[in-house]
Amino acid sequence: MLTHFSAMLLFAFFVSIVFGITQRAEPKMMVRFGAYCFVLFVGSVVAMSWIMWAIKH
Amino acid sequence: MATTAPTSVKPAQRLPGETSSFPLLVLLAGWLIPGAGHLLVGKWVRALLIFLSILGMYVIGIAAAGKIYTPNTGDILDILGFVGQLGTGLLYVIARVFSLGASSAVNTLADYGTKAIVVAGLLNIIAAVDAHSLANGRKASF
Repeated sequence: MLTHFSAMLLFAFFVSIVFGITQRAEPKMMVRFGAYCFVLFVGSVVAMSWIMWAIKH
Repeated sequence: MATTAPTSVKPAQRLPGETSSFPLLVLLAGWLIPGAGHLLVGKWVRALLIFLSILGMYVIGIAAAGKIYTPNTGDILDILGFVGQLGTGLLYVIARVFSLGASSAVNTLADYGTKAIVVAGLLNIIAAVDAHSLANGRKASF
């Protein structure tokens, strides 16, 4: 059963792959941009989660 | 200072203005079957990754009991959702034919699933356009 976090990780992973392939032309840059997107996705979620936690408490 | 051009870059295959039905075929194939457009232009690794990514998001959406939109509800948000999900091509047809997914999202995870299917469709459109750009030479082929 997917949790919210694991669903987000899979979402970020798959979207980053497609973004990397489609938004860059060179294979090395594709990998780099895909990794960059993944870090941004997950980092944003973690940051937003802590912000919401801080608002609640 | 004289510089040498990279040798691994393939220039555009066709001249500007030259017409061919191949890029259109690539676009259509890429829409109907995720990754098929890249496969037609010879990028089989990219094709496989795109296929697995879009199929993965679609399966997650179906497994989470995501809503499969229909075009005739009259609600503008439903129509937008339908257009997004239609981007998955034949996967959307399969979902409709075999009644996969749900007619409404009943919990939070199902709502995530609905969005996953919509995003899978939108990503597939981006991938199909990318394959089209490779086919007509607009995007450099490495």
